[in-house]
Amino acid sequence: MDRRESIRSLVLGSLAGSILLEGCTSDETEGFVDKIWNYQYGRTPQELEVDRKLLKEAYFEESELLMITTLAELILPPTPQGTIQQANVPEFIEFMVKDHQPFQTTIRGGLMWLNNYCNRTYGTNFVNSTATQQKQLLDQIAYPDSDAKEQKFEVEFFSLMRNLVVTGYFTSQVGIKELGYVGNTPNLWNGVPDDVMEKHGFTYDDWDDKFHDPTNSSELAQWDEDGNLIS
Amino acid sequence: MQIIEQPDPYDVIVVGSGAGGGMSTKILSDAGLKVAVVEAGPYFDPKDPVTQTQWKWPWQSPRRGAGTRRVFGEYDMAYGGWELEGEPYKHVNGTNFSWFRSRMLGGRTNHWGRISLRFGPRDFKAKDKDGLGENWPIGYQDVKPYYDKVDKLIGIFGSKEGLENEPDGFFLPPPKPRLHELYYKKGAEKSGVTVIPSRLSVLTKRINNERGICVYCGQCARSCNLYADFSSGSCLIFPAQNSNGQVDLYVNSMVREVTTDQNNKATGVVYVNKEDRKEYALKGKVVVLAASACSTARILLNSKSERNPNGLGNSSGLVGHYLHDSTGSDRGAFVPEMMNRKFYNEDGVGGLHLYSPWWLDNKKLDFPRGYHIEVWGGLSMPVYGTGFNPNSLNKHLGLRVGGYGNGLREDVKRFYGSVVGMSGRGESVAMKDNYCEIDPTTVDVYGIPVLRFHYKWSDYERKQARHMHDTFEEIIHNFGGIPLGDKPSSGDFGLLPPGAIIHEVGTTRMGNDPKESVTNQYQQLHDIDNVFITDAGPFVSQADKNPTWTIMALSWRSSDYLIDQLKKQNI
Repeated sequence: MDRRESIRSLVLGSLAGSILLEGCTSDETEGFVDKIWNYQYGRTPQELEVDRKLLKEAYFEESELLMITTLAELILPPTPQGTIQQANVPEFIEFMVKDHQPFQTTIRGGLMWLNNYCNRTYGTNFVNSTATQQKQLLDQIAYPDSDAKEQKFEVEFFSLMRNLVVTGYFTSQVGIKELGYVGNTPNLWNGVPDDVMEKHGFTYDDWDDKFHDPTNSSELAQWDEDGNLIS
Repeated sequence: MQIIEQPDPYDVIVVGSGAGGGMSTKILSDAGLKVAVVEAGPYFDPKDPVTQTQWKWPWQSPRRGAGTRRVFGEYDMAYGGWELEGEPYKHVNGTNFSWFRSRMLGGRTNHWGRISLRFGPRDFKAKDKDGLGENWPIGYQDVKPYYDKVDKLIGIFGSKEGLENEPDGFFLPPPKPRLHELYYKKGAEKSGVTVIPSRLSVLTKRINNERGICVYCGQCARSCNLYADFSSGSCLIFPAQNSNGQVDLYVNSMVREVTTDQNNKATGVVYVNKEDRKEYALKGKVVVLAASACSTARILLNSKSERNPNGLGNSSGLVGHYLHDSTGSDRGAFVPEMMNRKFYNEDGVGGLHLYSPWWLDNKKLDFPRGYHIEVWGGLSMPVYGTGFNPNSLNKHLGLRVGGYGNGLREDVKRFYGSVVGMSGRGESVAMKDNYCEIDPTTVDVYGIPVLRFHYKWSDYERKQARHMHDTFEEIIHNFGGIPLGDKPSSGDFGLLPPGAIIHEVGTTRMGNDPKESVTNQYQQLHDIDNVFITDAGPFVSQADKNPTWTIMALSWRSSDYLIDQLKKQNI
């Protein structure tokens, strides 16, 4: 079985339902099947239908996606630990503007604002401005006044882009690894590590007997008639 | 098009498969009865890999877990929300009530916080203390045996504390508190606020061989595929299917009304099959309504006939009235000492490990009834929203907010897990003027008339919320935190809108007087003896406790009574 076939059978095996009925028809490119395969996340048939539609639509033009990528790389420049491409940040932003339509005008208009500013100030569009020029521009819009009641449009736009880029990065595989989150895996919680307890000045000593003992958790629970656990 | 009749009658038709309906189904089928369970949403089994969201990483979703489609985030296991496509509801006179519905087998039990608190002796007789509302016709001692049985059947962790109004049960051992919970405890105890291990229906120890034990992934809201948390499907409906009786599940089946005969006995229900959009009739000797307090009221009010012009069981005119939800208000705090944390797996159980039960005497306060405090925070899994305003906390440190570049990476890491939050969840006073009723102008997509709500908070709730916020600030300062946002100081004092806490109770309250209540103490309609209600509709008041454990205890009690009445041929 070639890779495409194996992906298809996995999709059919795990998603069933509407994909089986409607998916994998002649209009499905391998890219699309790959996309759905990446996203196995427990959708109902109705939800899957919504997401299939969103994934198949394109909102941004190529030139806009290039601007988004350029901006995202200024917000989080590549490091050995991870890049915004590895985190699929541009794809994520493309999906979110379709999923949450109020983003559309802010982002599309904001991208126009960037080009407009660069054309006026530097005589060329945003992507073709030098890195120094781009940073000069960002210095104008990247620092909201936290005491002000309202922010200028371009500041709001940049804050939204920063939010989407940073959250897109830190919800990706490379981003979560870089952050250092180590959960989402079966384990036996037995309290905060000793060194952390000590650093923060806490102890379990006062009430240790109340807590569960992970070593006997698979034995059947039994109580006396007063509700005291006896096994 | 005519109604398609199912010829064979059932002993009991249970409408709804959540906590109340699940428990009725389990107890009635264990007694050998033939039961139909009619559920408005699809079949759901937490074990099914097709619908499973547990263990999913945010990058496995194109929206990274955002709540654009499911309101609590796309991995949350409730098919529903406050707004459902094709199922509107309305309001009267500009008042506010947000109605949450979870359309699936198991209903809201698939995603809830598993906070499982017994009502205490005072909670059943609150009117004795403050003269407000109404007492229940039963007391703690009537329900205690059923709480005990629910503890053992379903499983709950907690600690024996000997507190008068927070009765102890048959507990599994609780998990140790997390770091942010220890900060909370330090701050709360300085202010004299009681802090004890939480009481959640999560198996920290094995209770039978059918269900797994907790592996501390913190994802109870996604419904556990090991069946280590309580969901009505995994703990009640599926076991019932293996019991002495017969259980037939009708899913995607939206009940419109209860049918009656000339003697005004219930004969069954009519439902709309959502898949073929046809109407079907089921016959049953007894109908148990457990569709949720408001859905049950809707079914009763829509079951109009010449004999029952105001709807079924509504001779009192009280169906829909005394609707109430918990009060709720929240506050977060930044704890500078918790910056630059060492990362370790702190997922724990899917909820709080510590909480504060109500600790004060209202005689000295300017509001009736209490609230408990839930704590949140920690090193939880990143999700859409993680990293928003990555360094907004800089302003508390005198540093610049905003910017771009790789400094943002360090900001996210520096502040991760440094925010602790508190949520007050309290008792509101049940009011006759807070109600739902049928809106004659609107139907849903199934042609069923919908509800409209009339609900207002009173000063009792506002003053309680003000007290919550005073307490939160004091605790935050005690543990060295900096409160985030502004303290609400007017209007509703930060009270969330009614319905937001998703503890709807009280639309068909129980009582001894048929003029003042809809059901008797066994949750049997005063008007028609073969209709029972085992959701939270019969609650007279709701304490500051999450209602689920009491729903199940009372559903069990009601089912025992029903079985006994059938044996005695009284029904």
